[in-house]
Amino acid sequence: MINYIYQLINPQFFSIKLCDVNTDGKVLVRPKYMSICHADQRYYRGQRDMKILSKKLPMALIHECCGEVLHDNTGTFKSGQQVVMIPNTPTRKLNYIYENYDEKSKFLSSSDDGFMREFVDLSPDRVVPCDGIPPHIACITEFYSVALHAVERMQNFAHSHRDEIAILGDGPLAYVVASSIRERIPKAHITVIGRRVRKLERFSFVDKTYLAYDLPQDYSCDHAFECCGGEGSYDAINDIIKHIRPQGTVLLMGVSENQIPIDTRTILEKGLTVVGSSRSGKKNFEDAVALMQTQRIRRRLGSIIYEDAPVRSIDDIHRVFATDQDTPFKTVFQWNL
Amino acid sequence: MIYGAILAGGSGTRMHVSSMPKQFLPLRGKPIIIHTLEKMLACNKFHAVYLGVHPSWMSYMYDLLDKYNIETDRVRLAQGGETRNGTIFKIIDEIKRDYGENDDDIIVTHDAVRPFVTLRILEENIAAAETYGACDTVVCATDTIVRSENGEEISEIPNREFMYQGQTPQSFKIKLLKELYAQLTNEEKETLTDACKICVIKNVPVKLIKGETLNMKITTVNDYEIAEVIAGGIKLD
Repeated sequence: MINYIYQLINPQFFSIKLCDVNTDGKVLVRPKYMSICHADQRYYRGQRDMKILSKKLPMALIHECCGEVLHDNTGTFKSGQQVVMIPNTPTRKLNYIYENYDEKSKFLSSSDDGFMREFVDLSPDRVVPCDGIPPHIACITEFYSVALHAVERMQNFAHSHRDEIAILGDGPLAYVVASSIRERIPKAHITVIGRRVRKLERFSFVDKTYLAYDLPQDYSCDHAFECCGGEGSYDAINDIIKHIRPQGTVLLMGVSENQIPIDTRTILEKGLTVVGSSRSGKKNFEDAVALMQTQRIRRRLGSIIYEDAPVRSIDDIHRVFATDQDTPFKTVFQWNL
Repeated sequence: MIYGAILAGGSGTRMHVSSMPKQFLPLRGKPIIIHTLEKMLACNKFHAVYLGVHPSWMSYMYDLLDKYNIETDRVRLAQGGETRNGTIFKIIDEIKRDYGENDDDIIVTHDAVRPFVTLRILEENIAAAETYGACDTVVCATDTIVRSENGEEISEIPNREFMYQGQTPQSFKIKLLKELYAQLTNEEKETLTDACKICVIKNVPVKLIKGETLNMKITTVNDYEIAEVIAGGIKLD
C-alpha cells in the first residue's frame, strides 16, 4: 500500500516520500498523537554533527506516538484499537543484554523512518495496547518507559541502601524519572536539584528541591540520576560525584553532543558505579501502560504536557517544532496527515 | 453505513498508447486500481468498497483481486454505467441490494486513477459528509484561471483567491444525492460533469475538503510518467 512519509531532508526542510509498503504480517497503525523529543528537535534544528546529519537524513522524525490499529492480518489486534508503538526494533534476541542496547537493533527516527507517516507498519510485538488512556497522554508512553527503564537499571545495580535519591535536572526527563522512582521505590526520599525555580515548583510529589547553586555542602545521597544533557551535563555529573556517598550508583541519562571531563579520581575513591541508560524496550512500555491506567499517574504526566493545535500540513510541522522551543515541558499534537 | 465507491468505468481512450484502461496500468509494478483500492480498504470506517468497472473488464478485475490477495469480504464489484454519475448510481443500486437502505448511509466516490489519496482525505470526507451531507476535495488553484467563451479571447480572469481545482473523493449522504438527482431535468442531467454539481444545481451546500497536490489524476501519458516518479519519492516543502 502506498504510504506518505514526511521526511526531514535537511534541517527545517521536509519532503514527502511516497513508498509502496508490503504490509504482509504487519499491524497497520494510523498515528493519532505525537510528542516531540529533544532528539527530534536536534535533528530539526541541525544541532547534530554535519557528518551524522548527512548519514541519517532524509528520515521521518518522532518516536513518541500513539495511534489506532487500521488493520492487522496477524489477528493480534482489533481494528480501531488504541495502541502505542515501540520505536526500538530488535533484529535478534540476546538473553544477556536489553534489546535497546543491541547494536543490531534499529530505532525508528534514528536508524529508520520515525512515526511521521500516514500509517506505520510494525510487527505485532512492537505494538502495545493502551485502551482507556487519553491519547494526548498515551503518546508520551515511550518517554515514560525510558524513565522506568532507568529506574529498573538502578535497582539492578545499586546497593540496597536507597533512602536518599538525587535527581539532577528540572526538565521533563527529571520529572518522569522522579515520578518513576516514587512508584518503584515509594519509601525513598527524593531530592531534585535544578536551575530554574519555576520548573522545580512542578515537582509537587518529591520530598525536597534545591537550586543547584544553593545545594548545601553537606548534602549527600545514596544514588543519583543525571537528567540534564547538553551543556548542563558537566556540572551535574561532577556535582553528583561530589555529593554521592561511597559505592553509590550514578545513572547517566542526558545526551551531550560534546565529550564531558569528569572527576574520575573521586569516582575511583568512592567506588562508584556509573550506568548509562538510554531508550527502552517492550517490557518498559508494558510497565508504563500499566502504570498509566491509574488516574494519579495520568494527572502527573498530564501536568507536563502542552497540547499544540493539530498538524494538518507541513507548515504545521514547522509550527509544532517552533512551539516546542518555547514550552518548558512536552509538546504533543494530534497528527492529521 | 459508510461505503467507498471507486469509479473505474472508463475505457482509457485518452491514454492513446494502451488498449488497456488506464486504471489497470502498472504503477511501480502494481495496477493503479489496486493501489487505490488498498488505500480505501485501509480506512476501517468503510463497511464495503465498491468497484464500478467497465463490463468488459469485470473478469479481469476479479483476477486482479485474486492475484493481489485483496480481502474480498469488504470488496464488491459493480458494472460501470455510461457516465460517471451513471456508475455512481449503479453502485448505489448495488448497495441497496446488498445491504438495504438507511437514511444516514454515506458514499465516498473516488477516481480509480487517483492512487495517491490519503487516509486523512478519506477520513475528512466521511466526517464532512456526515455533518454537511455533501463534500468535495479540492486544492487551491496555483495557476491563474482564464475564462474564454469563444476559445479565442479572454472573457474573464477570475480572482485566483476564490479558485480551486476539484479532485476526488466527493462524498454524499446517499439519500440526499438520490433525492436531488430525481429533481433534475434531463437538460440539467446532461450538464453534469461530476456528482457535486448535482448539489450545486439544487443550491445544496457542498463542504470543501483540503486535498493534496500529490492526489493527482492519472489521465495522460505524461501524468503516468509523473506518477511513476512520485511513487519513488518527491521533494516538497
